[in-house]
Amino acid sequence: MHELTVAIGIVEIAEKEAKKANISKLTKIELEIGTLSGVEIEALNFAWPMAVMDTILENVEKKIQTVQAKAKCMDCNVSFEINNLFDHCPACKGYSKSILQGKELRVKSIEF
Amino acid sequence: MCTTCGCSATDEIKIQSPEDFEKLNIHNHNHDHEHSHDHSHSHSGSKTIIEIEQDILYANQLLAERNRGYCLGKNIFAVNLVSSPGSGKTSLLEKTLKDLKAEINFYVIEGDQQTMNDADRIAALDIPVVQINTGKACHLDSDMISKAIMKLNPASDSILMIENVGNLVCPSAFDLGESTRVVIISTTEGDDKPLKYPDMFSGSNICIINKIDLLPYLNFDVEKAKEYARRVNPNLVFFELSATTGQGTEQWYSWLKKQILN
Repeated sequence: MHELTVAIGIVEIAEKEAKKANISKLTKIELEIGTLSGVEIEALNFAWPMAVMDTILENVEKKIQTVQAKAKCMDCNVSFEINNLFDHCPACKGYSKSILQGKELRVKSIEF
Repeated sequence: MCTTCGCSATDEIKIQSPEDFEKLNIHNHNHDHEHSHDHSHSHSGSKTIIEIEQDILYANQLLAERNRGYCLGKNIFAVNLVSSPGSGKTSLLEKTLKDLKAEINFYVIEGDQQTMNDADRIAALDIPVVQINTGKACHLDSDMISKAIMKLNPASDSILMIENVGNLVCPSAFDLGESTRVVIISTTEGDDKPLKYPDMFSGSNICIINKIDLLPYLNFDVEKAKEYARRVNPNLVFFELSATTGQGTEQWYSWLKKQILN
C-alpha cells in the first residue's frame, strides 16, 4: 500500500501550499507521475478517497499527467520508450542508456 | 515518510553512539522542517492556479546535497552500503575496517530498525560509530545522516561508511548525500536479484558479490548475476569476494584506498 503514503504526502504538500496562500478551498490538483516512478496509478486512485477524507483535497478534482518513460541509447543515440530499467535499445540491443524521463513524482499545481 | 512501502519515520528514530546507549541518555528527535517557496500565480477567469512543481521527495534531496557538500569540503568519501538483510554487510564492514584501519581513518553510521548490535561490533574495533535506529522506517534518509554526521564529527581525509537498513527496495529512493552507493548481493541469494530489484542496481555504482567461498555448494551463477545487473546498469563495477575468508578483498581495498588519495 505505498500509494496510500504517496497520497498522504500529496495531501501534506497541498495543505502546506494552500495555507501559505491563505486558501481554504481548492478545486483542482494536478500531479505528474512517471511510469518508472514506482507508483501504480490504479492503486493511487484506490487509496485516494481514504487519504483525502477530511482534508483540503476532499472532493477536489485530481488530474494525473502520466509521463511515459523514455531513454536514450548511449551506444547509438536512439531515443526510445522503456517500460523496465533493464529494457534494451530496440536498434542496437545495447543496455547502456540514460533515462530521459519517467521518474517524475511531483505535485504540479493546485487550483482554486 | 517512505513513498515506497508506506512506513513512517516519525519520532521513533534514535541516533546514538554506543557510549550514549550505555548512559541511557536517549533523546528523541523531531523532524519538522520549514521550507519557504516562491510561486508564480496565473489567473484565468475566476480560477487561480498555483504552480508548485514540487517533488514529493524534495526535502530529502535538499538535505542530501547539503551532506554531499559537507563531505566534499572535508574530503570525506561517504559510502552508502545497501543490500537485503543477511548478505553480509556488517561482516564485510568489520573485515574492511580491521584490515585497513591502520592506513585509513574510518567513521561508521549504522542503520537498523532496532538494537545497538551492529554499532557494538564496530565499536569493538575502536572505530567511531553512531547507530541510527529507524523505528518503523525501512531506510535511512538524508536528515538522519545529517544528524549522525554532526554527532560523529568526522575528520578530513577519511572514509565514512554508512550501512543502510537491510532492504533492497526502499533505500534506493533516498539519496543520503553519499559519494558512492555500493550494493551487496551474496551467493546464497538468487542470481536474478538485479532483475527483481532493478531500482537498487540502477542507482548503485559498485556491486559486491559476497560469500564466494560458498560457490561450490550453491547454484548461484556469478556471470549470470553480473549480466543481469549490467542490463539494468552497464556502468556497474563488480568485486567478487568473501568477507569470511578474505578471498578477493584486495581489489576492493585498493579501490577504496584510491578514493581518498584522489
